Amino acid sequence: MLSEGSSFLKGVMIGSIFYALITVLGHIKIGHGNRMHHHEHHHLQAPNKEEILKISEDERMELSRSFRVYCIILVKPRDVSLWAAVKETWTKHCDKAEFFSSEDVKVFESINMETNDMWLMMKKAYKYAFDKYSDQYNWFFLARPTTFAIIENLKYFLLKKDPSQPFYIGHTIKSGDFEYVSVEGGIVLSVESLKRLNSLLNTSEKCPEQGGMIWKISEDKQLAVCLKYAGVFAENAEDAEGKDVFNTKSVGLFIKEAMTNHPDQVVEGCCSDMAVTFNGLTPNQMHVMMYGVYRLRGFGHTFNDALIFLPPNGSDND
Amino acid sequence: MASKSWLNILTFLCGSAIGFFFCSQLFSILLGEQGDTQPNILHNDPHARHSDDNGQNHPEGQMNFNADSSQHKDENTDIAENLYQKVKILCWVMTGPQNLEKKAKHVKATWAQRCNKVLFMSSEENKDFPTVGLKTKEGRDQLYWKTIKAFQYVHDHYLEDADWFMKADDDTYVILDNLRWLLSKYSPEKPIYFGRRFKPFVKQGYMSGGAGYVLSKEALKRFIDAFKTEKCTHSSSIEDLALGKCMEVMNVEAGDSRDTTGKETFHPFVPEHHLIKSYLPRTFWYWNYNYYPPVQGPGCCSDLAVSFHYVDSTTMYELEYLVYHLRAYGYLYRYQPALPENILKEVSQVNKNEDPKVKLGNP
Repeated sequence: MLSEGSSFLKGVMIGSIFYALITVLGHIKIGHGNRMHHHEHHHLQAPNKEEILKISEDERMELSRSFRVYCIILVKPRDVSLWAAVKETWTKHCDKAEFFSSEDVKVFESINMETNDMWLMMKKAYKYAFDKYSDQYNWFFLARPTTFAIIENLKYFLLKKDPSQPFYIGHTIKSGDFEYVSVEGGIVLSVESLKRLNSLLNTSEKCPEQGGMIWKISEDKQLAVCLKYAGVFAENAEDAEGKDVFNTKSVGLFIKEAMTNHPDQVVEGCCSDMAVTFNGLTPNQMHVMMYGVYRLRGFGHTFNDALIFLPPNGSDND
Repeated sequence: MASKSWLNILTFLCGSAIGFFFCSQLFSILLGEQGDTQPNILHNDPHARHSDDNGQNHPEGQMNFNADSSQHKDENTDIAENLYQKVKILCWVMTGPQNLEKKAKHVKATWAQRCNKVLFMSSEENKDFPTVGLKTKEGRDQLYWKTIKAFQYVHDHYLEDADWFMKADDDTYVILDNLRWLLSKYSPEKPIYFGRRFKPFVKQGYMSGGAGYVLSKEALKRFIDAFKTEKCTHSSSIEDLALGKCMEVMNVEAGDSRDTTGKETFHPFVPEHHLIKSYLPRTFWYWNYNYYPPVQGPGCCSDLAVSFHYVDSTTMYELEYLVYHLRAYGYLYRYQPALPENILKEVSQVNKNEDPKVKLGNP
């Protein structure tokens, strides 16, 4: 009896020590990159339009066309209904949108990454995008099919940002000392960041092959680790009032929370007017968002915008 | 002896597994994954000024940290304001004592503010909300009686304060700006009323109660007159049908509320139910009731929709956000309807600048 008890206790101790050791090692490995490039956590602001408004309509159209956004959507067979919704809705507003799947799915066209591992899918998709499109597009937006994105608002947000600089933007999450862009809110990379990422993709100490050491680290964290080695840092995107512009929740969830937390200012405190993404939508909700964003409005409210975007050809829900 | 050492190994492994698990929980609590800590909107947060902004000219308006001002800085509401003055709408909302906190409150917090005048009609008076007490009972069978009394009240107290009189439920969301655009083409002296037109039972059709309906001043006068002269009956358990029958008797025209492309503007359900093909089953009553050919999918609903019904409290705020806040920057809407003639003249005199968004005269 006594010997069993003591071996049990020994087991508990060894188990805890083992875990602690692994965690510490893991953090050192991630933290190491941190120390190399110490920088202040900062927020990226949506631009101010005053100067842009002084230019002519033709120049505005040309400026609007200078943003070329390539959309990467990572899908798996179980995402089929969301995939359909995303295909029929917001992705039509990307300059180009392609679907990268874990395997071939009969109903939809996609680029087969031939793997079930999300991090591997992501790496391969970015490599594909770089190899094929780095000279045709200047911004690369990656999302899951649970996300709804408003590409026009993304372009507006990117207005004064030079794509030859290393931008890595979205809804950021801090994990201890380490900051990464959550894939649920969508990930934006400038072409420069993509270039730098691509040069490291085959270096396995910097961009690990698959998952983590014992258990898997999510693919968005992996991406951040990799980008850090390339001197690219995550930045949280906010509007002029400090509201997040990339969101990992749906409008409905924000409203519900606002009704509890500040019931007198539900809509005012909810979300940015210039929101780029929402996440966690059902396929039906995507269609409603399409109507709500691109069509439904109050008559007699006009805007003098610095950019001009035309509706896409052959579409009837916007 | 062998079995004893096996037991030891087993307990050792059990122990290490438990130790492992326990430690992982401890670590995750201690290290605390800082998840989506949405920053509290600290208006004086120094982080709100990023070093990138240094080169730019900040307009004066930005020092005023009023929640909405900077988002709506480039919004021009001249036309909407002009219509607010030209097309005066009194809204009355059908509610009851048990629904003030659950439903009517959210109507009050959202679209009701855009009416020229709004009244909440209940069986009992409530000075705080405030509601008008109609001195009736509550219940579905009382709806028509409440409607008659409500219109009576409006007629007796506010007839000259508005041109049009809109009835809505406490689960209806109304977009007043679009209602004004619709009504701007008609004279309030014309005996006419608008809503989602249904075809059964009444030759000229009648308007769905839930989707809301709006009477011209003349229509209201005739409705009230109908009871004085006993041309219409007081008793009915189907409010919208009874009102529709009365309108026909009093020669008030059932108007066509569709937009210039033929899309419906008043909706008896929430957007999702209309926009999603086959959401409403083929056998549903709705398909046989609609006066005009019903459409599912994107053609269901006008860009300038006037109302939605069966809107719960969350959806009230969501619609408010989608209509008046969230938009696609710089997007040139496909549907660019014309301004009514008289408004056109006034507005082009005031605004010398050509606004590319306001495409005039494009049906």
